[in-house]
Amino acid sequence: MTATAAELEAITEAAVIDARGTACPGPLLEAKKGMTGVPVGSTIEIWSTDPGTKNDISAWSGKVGHDFLGVLEADGYERVFVIRRK
Amino acid sequence: MSDTLSIVLFSGTADKLHAAATLAAGAAALDRPVNILLQYWALDAFRTARIEEGQGLAWDAMTDGTSRPVKGTRAIAWLDTFRMAKELGSMTINACSGSLDVLGIEPSELDPIVDEPGGIATFLLAAEGGQLVFI
Repeated sequence: MTATAAELEAITEAAVIDARGTACPGPLLEAKKGMTGVPVGSTIEIWSTDPGTKNDISAWSGKVGHDFLGVLEADGYERVFVIRRK
Repeated sequence: MSDTLSIVLFSGTADKLHAAATLAAGAAALDRPVNILLQYWALDAFRTARIEEGQGLAWDAMTDGTSRPVKGTRAIAWLDTFRMAKELGSMTINACSGSLDVLGIEPSELDPIVDEPGGIATFLLAAEGGQLVFI
């Protein structure tokens, strides 16, 4: 499942996990930790400056059963969107 | 085929501890069990008296061919990565009882992140059918 940039831009209620400044595997661990703090069905948004994060989060989501929505470029970092599914 | 990632962690320098912590944390994030056996210099690095100190770098960092400076070894957050992985996933860290004997280290000298002393048969049985790496 992926969303268009416009659809991602329209998401306003996502819980933000700010992992900027941490290197792999920091953003992935922060995402896993943050996921436990939101209800199933909620969207989280991971902010990362690590270039491997978007592929890692996509692979992790597929493995553990969450929905990876996509990525938006921001000013010096990336916003990675995932829906908690379990 | 087991999903378990097993790591024989022999080296005690910060760069290799960090490499092991990265693998362990990645596997834990993927909900894979992680099974770690500390031997020799890794075991020494996990002593309470040493764990917060810099552990130096592997020999590779000292050769003339190294072109990139490495951040101060205290800045390599290998211990935080292990701690977070253990908090988020299923990870056991056992001290090799044979290495404890050789180095003269008592289990009580080890940081609480280390679970308990373990023998090689216990480790190998936990590793059976999964991936095993030596660092």
